[in-house]
Amino acid sequence: MRINQSKSGPFWSLMQNLTPTAIICLSILIALIVLSIMAPWVSPYQPTKILTNESYQLISDSMLLGGDYLGRDMVSRLIYGLKITLGLTFAVTVLAFLIGCLLGFLAAVLGGKIDMLISRVIDALIALPAIMIALIVIASLGSSLPVLIITLALIDSTRVFRVARALAMNIVVSDFVEAARIRGEGIKWIMWREVMPNTLGPLAAEFGIRFTYTILFISALGFLGLGMQPPYADLGSLIRENMQGLLFGSYAPLYPALVISLITITINIFVDWYLQQRDTALSSEF
Amino acid sequence: MNLPLIVSRRIAIGVLTVLVVSLLVFAGTELLPGDVAQAILGPDATPESIANIRDRLGLNQAAYIRYIHWFGNLLQGDMGTSLVSNREVSVLIAERSSNTFLLAGVTALIAVPLSVLLGLIAATKPNGRVDKIISIVTLTLISIPDFLVAVILVSIFSVYLGWLPALSTIRSDSGFFELARMLVLPVTALSFTIIAHMARMTRTAVLNELSSPAIEMAILKGVPKSRILLLHALSNAIAPIVNVIALNLAYLISGVVVIEMLFNLNGLGKLLVGAVITRDIPLVQGCAMLFSAVYVLLNLFADTVSIVANPRIRHPK
Amino acid sequence: MNSDSTILQVQDLCVDVVDRHDKTLEIVSDISFSVAAGQVISLIGESGSGKTTIALAMMGYTRPGCKIQKGKIVLQGEDLLNLDLSQIESKRGSDIAYIAQSAAAAFNRALTIGSQVTEIAVIKGLMTRQQAEQRAMSLYKQLGLPNSETIGKLYPHQVSGGQLQRLMAAMAMMCHPKLLIMDEPTTALDVTTQIEVLQAFKYLIHEQNVAAIYVSHDLSVVAQMADDVLVLKDGRMVELNTIQNILDNPREEYTQKLMEAVPQLQLNGITHQSHVVDKNKPTREVSEKSSLNCIVEKKQDNEELLTVSNITAAYRSNSKTVLNNVSLKVNRGETVGVIGESGSGKTTLGRVISGLMPPSQGKIELKGSVLNKDYRKRSRDDLKQIQFVFQMAETALNPRHRIRQILGRPLDFYLGLKGKKAEERIYELLNLVELPADFIDRFPRELSGGQLQRINFARALAAEPKVIICDEITSALDTLVSKAIIELLINIKKHLGVAYIFISHDLSTVARLADSIVVMRNGEIVDFNTTEQILKPPYHEYTKLLLNSIPKLRTGWLEEIRR
Repeated sequence: MRINQSKSGPFWSLMQNLTPTAIICLSILIALIVLSIMAPWVSPYQPTKILTNESYQLISDSMLLGGDYLGRDMVSRLIYGLKITLGLTFAVTVLAFLIGCLLGFLAAVLGGKIDMLISRVIDALIALPAIMIALIVIASLGSSLPVLIITLALIDSTRVFRVARALAMNIVVSDFVEAARIRGEGIKWIMWREVMPNTLGPLAAEFGIRFTYTILFISALGFLGLGMQPPYADLGSLIRENMQGLLFGSYAPLYPALVISLITITINIFVDWYLQQRDTALSSEF
Repeated sequence: MNLPLIVSRRIAIGVLTVLVVSLLVFAGTELLPGDVAQAILGPDATPESIANIRDRLGLNQAAYIRYIHWFGNLLQGDMGTSLVSNREVSVLIAERSSNTFLLAGVTALIAVPLSVLLGLIAATKPNGRVDKIISIVTLTLISIPDFLVAVILVSIFSVYLGWLPALSTIRSDSGFFELARMLVLPVTALSFTIIAHMARMTRTAVLNELSSPAIEMAILKGVPKSRILLLHALSNAIAPIVNVIALNLAYLISGVVVIEMLFNLNGLGKLLVGAVITRDIPLVQGCAMLFSAVYVLLNLFADTVSIVANPRIRHPK
Repeated sequence: MNSDSTILQVQDLCVDVVDRHDKTLEIVSDISFSVAAGQVISLIGESGSGKTTIALAMMGYTRPGCKIQKGKIVLQGEDLLNLDLSQIESKRGSDIAYIAQSAAAAFNRALTIGSQVTEIAVIKGLMTRQQAEQRAMSLYKQLGLPNSETIGKLYPHQVSGGQLQRLMAAMAMMCHPKLLIMDEPTTALDVTTQIEVLQAFKYLIHEQNVAAIYVSHDLSVVAQMADDVLVLKDGRMVELNTIQNILDNPREEYTQKLMEAVPQLQLNGITHQSHVVDKNKPTREVSEKSSLNCIVEKKQDNEELLTVSNITAAYRSNSKTVLNNVSLKVNRGETVGVIGESGSGKTTLGRVISGLMPPSQGKIELKGSVLNKDYRKRSRDDLKQIQFVFQMAETALNPRHRIRQILGRPLDFYLGLKGKKAEERIYELLNLVELPADFIDRFPRELSGGQLQRINFARALAAEPKVIICDEITSALDTLVSKAIIELLINIKKHLGVAYIFISHDLSTVARLADSIVVMRNGEIVDFNTTEQILKPPYHEYTKLLLNSIPKLRTGWLEEIRR
């Protein structure tokens, strides 16, 4: 029997099934986001303020996580670094999704030659290692914020395209889309009113997953010295600048790494939970 | 649709992709600033000699003509000359590729069987204790930046314990054991992330298969669980698993770059990064084409295996 | 062969399901019955009756989320529920065998048929590979399968549905099981194929003296196969009796309802009865205030509405001709039934008329003017006139749209109705298809299969079309539900005068509804006449074959058929 008597929409019934783990992860993520937004008010010091002449100061009352290689407060550097990383990643992922979903849905709905054309170009773009594209572009145009965002978004949109197209293809062959076509509906209606609402679920999960990949990629770029330039520092650059600290027994480079991992782990756990919920859902949604 | 037709169609698509890649690579390197002629002759060059070089190198021709020349040469195996070292690009690449293939090859050899095994074990008893442990470990590993794994490994095994070298400067005369010592850390660092990804995806693919009606029928026939997993499920899961492997091996190609930088390993990745920094356009183009060609080949292989594994195509009605 | 030896005895079986909120629901309650060697008991009921759950439980198996709560399942003196998993596993395949509903899904598509058929016998060490293959081949012969020597080397996709079903039977009988469980094994087959398969099953059961459980929703098929019948509803026993008693004298009301739902054509043989009136239910009157525009003067019929001429069509990839010189006429307010088995081209014809599949030759005219072969090139008004109702209601409705939007869109799109006016019309439509008004804000997943099909139909009506093409709309529904849908169609036709093209493989259903019938075979029309004429002698040869293949609601019919 497939009758689901819930009058509420799919979102609220999902919320009813939060496990403790999911709640913890969600809370951590929300806390981190709030922290990064509130950076100017929450951070103990300005991230660029040099507090001492010694490098890699140990944990003290004035510097809760110690100092970095220039004598700046790690906690402040971390909070601002978090803000930059999260902001950058969010912008990239949203942009990538906008582009990737648009193209992916178009390819699936229009099919035929247009699909072939777009898919071939996207395939070629994916064939080029992401890091290489980033390297070339950054070497040419520098690593200012707009350049980073647009380049990474374009690279990521190719992966999003694949997922969006696969999802849409699955839906496009169903009877209700055919029913819409026979009705005489145009492409806009079919894409946005018939196909898209059925992809929101899996796309939300994909958003989380791509977010983690992008964070890791941006951090890798920062680590290689290709990300944001000083005095700004994202979490990847923070690791890079403080690498020497390991030789001096300082944990300075590990803190930003832990923050990165915290974000990615909590997102992954949350997405896992979310996907499990959808799988066991008794309703026959896509 | 018969087998040779489908496979040749795939190959044609692969070739087309490589063509589009070449266009993109060429266009991309056009972006790099800096006058090539100026870079070769140095800052003291006179305008006449610059014009001379430009003429000789054919830099004044229209873009599409240069593209055709370049691509034509490429097909004949001539990748041009490095602007920085003045040596043949193909020679430079040939020298370094053995190191990269060694790194990637050993990683793949270890990672692939291990991940498939882990994925299978995890899928055998979903949500059981073993599955949960594997899930947590893999989840953690895919969440940690791979360069971090490398850093941690180096700090423990090189700095702290001093067992293994922190850098992998392979020379052409390096002996076998020395080679092995230098490769342990980079291979391990690369493997961790790849194993984590592949194991998770294998688990998903196998679980997917296990929920099919054919498997229920096998259970109802009384087929023992091991046989169901290894014969009934796996025979259908080959295609998705091979796809997973190909996807991750492609990821390996990118991952190699970062690891080579970290460990100072003289491979294609390091070559590429250096080429970009020094604006050595022919070298960049050569490396890019090689990386992409390998990627396309991998995908082609995965596609073909998927097709061949499908009995509907092997034995048409 | 002691036919009184009880092989299986079930006592007070209860099965629970646990949903994801950890709530337990009892889906099967207090089931008790027994089966002797060489006897067949049939479990009959609609979907949700628990018949498959019970059948699977006989092997000690429950689907994920389900659990056998209590009861006894005694197989030759041993209670299966007391055994541990490995002991039960050793019985499966050898002592108890299962034949699934869909052979295509049950066979592993990556392995050869033969390897799957002989698998269990060999792994359990009951036979050597040689012996197993010999036995398999002899079973293939007994079941009437072609090329018994080589068919085992083929893959499942290389044989037809009917053959695959018989191969599954061979697989089940390999190890001489004591108990055979057949789960709706012929539901997916054409009527003509069904006969051969049923005969094969019956032969095997009696020859090997196995006790059998036959699950079905089709009373006429049950009449051919069963000695005893257990009627189920909502997981409970309704009636348990011999088949003859059930046919002659059904005690319970539900059983009687099931009997009444059996189409006329299956009752006494070939008598045509148009517009069957259900003696218990008065026909619902449609409110006179209905402003739906298809109301026509019935006196004016024989006015040609839709003319389909000389259609020839083929699929691009195959280049195999699917339709060959097909012509059809539909008059205003008339119902034309299109009958055929799988591969006859009936569904393709519907798709051609609606423009989904442009034919290579021929033309389609509506009220005299030629329609474009491709739906993409038809005007909105043309599209409005011909509406299409799909077979599977669940997939024909967007799961993310509420009923309000599903019914509202055609009103907006074709008639320009919005807001309050649209809402009023939606309520009218819901009323017309006999659904409560508060359904307007529901999602499709909240409705049952029958209700969804009514919505599907209401959506077609919303456009106020002249013709509605119904593509096997009752084939996926239970008997009682599908009977109700047919009655709805008859009602609406009477009051609104819509013309239907009713495509189906089920002649008995079509006979109830249609004014004229078109019989198709292999892409051609072989017979075309008014329903009355089609069902009266002299018959066209193929029509006769179809009519004779429909199982009748009496025992012994199967034995009378000579093939």
